[in-house]
Amino acid sequence: MGKNRTPYLLLLPGFGFLFTFFILPIINLAQTSTQTKIAGGDTGQYEQTLHFRNYIDAFVSNREQFGRSFLFATISTLLALAIAYPLAYAIAFKAGKYKNLLLVLVVAPFFTSFLLRTIAWKQILGEEGFVIPTLRSLGIISQSTTLTSTSFAVVMGMTYNFLPFMTLPLFASIDRIDPRTLEASGDLYANGFTTFRRVTLPLSMPGVVAGTLLTFIPAAGDYVNASILGDPTTKMIGNVIESRFFKIVDYPTAAALSFTLMAAILILVTLYIRKAGTEELV
Amino acid sequence: MSQKVKDATIPTIPTGARIQRWIGRNLIRIYAIFAFTYLFIPVAYTFAFSFNDAGKSNLIWQAFTFKNWQNPCGAPEVCSALGNSIKIGFLATFFSTILGTMIAFAIGRHNFKGRSASNLLIFLPMATPEIVLGASLLSLFLVFKINPGFWPTVIAHIVFCISFVVVTVKARIASLDPRLEQAAMDLYANEFETFRRVTLPLVAPGIAGAALLAFSLSFDDFIITNFNSGTLTTFPKFIYVSAARGIPAQANVIGSAMFFLALTIVIVGQLVNRRKM
Repeated sequence: MGKNRTPYLLLLPGFGFLFTFFILPIINLAQTSTQTKIAGGDTGQYEQTLHFRNYIDAFVSNREQFGRSFLFATISTLLALAIAYPLAYAIAFKAGKYKNLLLVLVVAPFFTSFLLRTIAWKQILGEEGFVIPTLRSLGIISQSTTLTSTSFAVVMGMTYNFLPFMTLPLFASIDRIDPRTLEASGDLYANGFTTFRRVTLPLSMPGVVAGTLLTFIPAAGDYVNASILGDPTTKMIGNVIESRFFKIVDYPTAAALSFTLMAAILILVTLYIRKAGTEELV
Repeated sequence: MSQKVKDATIPTIPTGARIQRWIGRNLIRIYAIFAFTYLFIPVAYTFAFSFNDAGKSNLIWQAFTFKNWQNPCGAPEVCSALGNSIKIGFLATFFSTILGTMIAFAIGRHNFKGRSASNLLIFLPMATPEIVLGASLLSLFLVFKINPGFWPTVIAHIVFCISFVVVTVKARIASLDPRLEQAAMDLYANEFETFRRVTLPLVAPGIAGAALLAFSLSFDDFIITNFNSGTLTTFPKFIYVSAARGIPAQANVIGSAMFFLALTIVIVGQLVNRRKM
């Protein structure tokens, strides 16, 4: 009978920790989100009044940043998928004995701090970098066009930063495909494109789902790329939450925004997993 | 092989068509080279500018020098920030690897009531944006009048590392051949011995990989750290704060050194692993 207790004993410390430092904070955040300022209180002092209007106010006054967050996250997820899929495919099927080395190289940029790399992009794309003068002298962009402080730079930075998160799960599921299934498809007179659409892609769907989730979720809540590579007109919801918390000390609004963001992501993710028809994560 | 034979038997293909065919066949390799270039441009840039004799602001190339590498702690605060990141990284890795591995064994090896709920609880922190994790933990610490700082940061890092450890170790457990454990049992090993002599050594590479992942996630984290560290400076926080007035070249030295160190560790690890196989 003692045997049946083993899994629970194994779970206890970890889940106790997650309950205290993940579930409780989320509950607490939910409570904070309906608080209002204490009349005559100092900044940062709030009381519980179950003021659900906080959600509407927070959403209405920041709907532009919400929209931008989901738009940027979607575009950079699709771009990352477009870059990472052929890359993962090449590593899985064309790299031969260099497979492991190339896989390490995908993760390697991680170890140079992502902030250093993002700032490097800012300088590469900036006025002193080599990209702008080259493009200008070739006449591709006009003298006044800049690349930093634009939506382009923010989306590019996000695509870049989350690329390994996309590539690794894609590689894991493409690598598992038995090459003989692809040969079989060819033997049955499918051309390259049909083989890809009917065999490779369906078999790699778990990787596509895991990769897009691991990219989209952090991208939607990101504010670092927007604040380094963007300008005030490219602010995302993460920037708003951050400044509500630290600069304005408006905890209820920050909490309501965080909750709305989390709920929106969870709904999208659930719909997406249903649609993609896979329960297997990562 | 068959491709080569074809080329040999049809020697009269015009050059243009031959180039086209070569590109068609190698398209995916060319594409991969471009993708790797994209990945490594900023790494190369960071490395190059670690040799810049830049003074305070490392924005424009001035002159080549080794002095940043000879004196990596030359800029104020950079090494204490690095030290904090390493300490936090080790503690977060240690605790999250232990807790996560235990959860992975429970979920991966046992069938019990609440298993799918457990899977959900592991998935949730990964589905929560970092900013929400960071903000919610900070607001909990504020309620209990705990000042943000070193330990709150360690706790925050453990929270987001656990799920990644569970997923990584669970995958390794799932790929084990159950017959190996049955064989051990057949040879009169008891449950504990089987675990210690067979299961654990087989899962160990997965645990090592999970620990490496946890450390790199913790070491590179900025958003959650920014919420929970108060006045404590970590390496990413140092870079973010000093970005406004120019990052000292020493930060590039440390970033590049970390890159080569990690690359060495991973490659040596793989070689050792291959020899064992």
